[in-house]
Amino acid sequence: MEKFEKMTAIAAPMPLINIDTDMIIPKQFLKTIKRSGLGVSAFHEMRYQMDGTENPDFILNQGAYRNANIIVAGDNFGCGSSREHAPWALLDFGVRCVISTSFADIFYNNCFKNGILPVIVTDEELNLLMNDAEKGSNARMVIDLESQRIETSDGEVIKFDVDQHRKHCLINGLDDIGLTMEKMESIDSFEKKMAKNTPWI
Amino acid sequence: MAPKTLYDKIWDAHVAHQGEDGTCLLYIDRHLVHEVTSPQAFEGLRMSGRKVRAPEKTIAVPDHNVPTTLDRLKRIDNEESRIQVEALDKNAREFGVVYYPVDDIRQGIVHIIGPEQGWTLPGMTIVCGDSHTATHGAFGSLAHGIGTSEVEHVLATQTLIQKKSQNMRVEITGKLSQGVTAKDITLAVIGETGTAGGTGYVIEYCGEAIQSLSMEGRMTVCNMAIEGGARAGLIAPDETTFNYCNGRPNAPTGKLWGAAVDYWRTLFSDDTAHFDKTITLRGEDIAPVVTWGTSPEDVLPITAIVPAANDFNGGKVDAAQRSLDYMGLTPGTRLQDVEIDAVFIGSCTNGRIEDLRAAAEIVQGRKVQDGLIAMVVPGSGLVRLQAEEEGLAEIFKQAGFEWRLAGCSMCLGMNPDQLGPQVRCASTSNRNFEGRQGRGSRTHLMSPAMAAAAAVTGKLTDVRELM
Repeated sequence: MEKFEKMTAIAAPMPLINIDTDMIIPKQFLKTIKRSGLGVSAFHEMRYQMDGTENPDFILNQGAYRNANIIVAGDNFGCGSSREHAPWALLDFGVRCVISTSFADIFYNNCFKNGILPVIVTDEELNLLMNDAEKGSNARMVIDLESQRIETSDGEVIKFDVDQHRKHCLINGLDDIGLTMEKMESIDSFEKKMAKNTPWI
Repeated sequence: MAPKTLYDKIWDAHVAHQGEDGTCLLYIDRHLVHEVTSPQAFEGLRMSGRKVRAPEKTIAVPDHNVPTTLDRLKRIDNEESRIQVEALDKNAREFGVVYYPVDDIRQGIVHIIGPEQGWTLPGMTIVCGDSHTATHGAFGSLAHGIGTSEVEHVLATQTLIQKKSQNMRVEITGKLSQGVTAKDITLAVIGETGTAGGTGYVIEYCGEAIQSLSMEGRMTVCNMAIEGGARAGLIAPDETTFNYCNGRPNAPTGKLWGAAVDYWRTLFSDDTAHFDKTITLRGEDIAPVVTWGTSPEDVLPITAIVPAANDFNGGKVDAAQRSLDYMGLTPGTRLQDVEIDAVFIGSCTNGRIEDLRAAAEIVQGRKVQDGLIAMVVPGSGLVRLQAEEEGLAEIFKQAGFEWRLAGCSMCLGMNPDQLGPQVRCASTSNRNFEGRQGRGSRTHLMSPAMAAAAAVTGKLTDVRELM
């Protein structure tokens, strides 16, 4: 997993609430057996018209936002299915950070497993960031995970919370499985205890 | 001892390791696997030279991509679908996990066959790379969806890195009125809480109306906990649960059965246990409902009218307008006047035998309206067989429904069962998102009886008028 430390990038405003995983990556792209290559299909039904051409009204088809690496989104981003194809598609498009007032639980988890930082902010903070994102190519937002700060293009600073274990893994690009493997003795002894206590399992 | 909720008890019984920052390794008793969210995980194992730690606790079945037409045992036409199903076949055999291939009568939707085969039992932790894993909470097991990275983690270590959620209690008091089902309960709750209302919580459903439900009804309720934002829904196990489990192929027998039931009887929330949030609905107040928009929270009684965007507040105003445009609905229209083009009865929400019985009861002696696409897709091969033995299949066929083989089918249309643009569907599935059943298609969620009623009238219909 790629490390996440600090980034300065264009942020795309997507104020719609309840942007679900079917919007982020529709079903027909879940048939892949790989993790890569989904970026071109991210937000497919919003991004492309029925004839396959780009929808000019969609934010990520507009000017500087084609190169956005941050999304500022309405409430409950990523609701719906557990498909990790959603963060894979965002990552492959180039998105490394999503900011919203809330995220669906499984999507939120999946982001951290893929080097994407989901940031939860208040309603007022989201308004501020949405306005900043709407400035387009003139605006660069700074996301600093180490100090847990977002800086708008005007230099306004917003602090955010993040789970310290997840932060550690993200900053160091650590693989969960490797970390858990170090605790194999605990798992072994737990399994022995379970075999005695609940042998029907 | 401090009083505990049901969730607290199951959690505490499964913590294999706790770190200084409170991060836990939760031991996983059952890992269900399907073809869509597992290939990258098995590939990850292969690349790092790891094995499946507990293949006997890992159950794999293809369900999302499989065609439901009678000729499906010949090659799957869609190449990507075929590759994905073949990958599961190869991975299941190579890593030695329990496997129900597509030609096995026990094949079906993963959340239908887990309980059916007795893999799902009270007090367990159950995960699957699928958000509707919440279904299994009906047994008083902690069950939730995970992403593919976590699938790989569970395959390799039989644990999951977790932080504990908060406790939420949803009580449905009293009795349900005629025509009101488990599906109406679960949709009514989401209408009340919103799709983010359960975020960060595990929900325990309780109250007389919940206790009165069969196991299949309880599965329908818990199935859609995720649509309310909760990772998991739980219902405390009781005699209904034990009776359902008893005699299932993988349930314990003899002395072990007795020991298991003794343990399962301890799985309830203590009287004074703390819940961080409580919601109470009166069973009598719940009507047969349908969704009108593109979020499962867009729920209204069938007797209501289509709302206007400015009936809502905040970000929901724009979202509601977008939904109305997408759904092609005019505010003020009676929901009962909305004409439909298709009916889908099936899915992990409503693809069990009782769902088919409820639908057949309405359909019997009636005909599907001319020109409608109408299909019934049983949740498993065994449900299909039972429905045929009970004469339900014949009722559906006589009425003009297509009678299909088991799979996820038109709930999400990863197989050929998809709808075209602007096609309006009365569906017993769980999500009405834009494009869910096919690009541009329009989904109204409802119970099997309500979907059956819509099939025979060609409109969204109050099932009580046909009873």
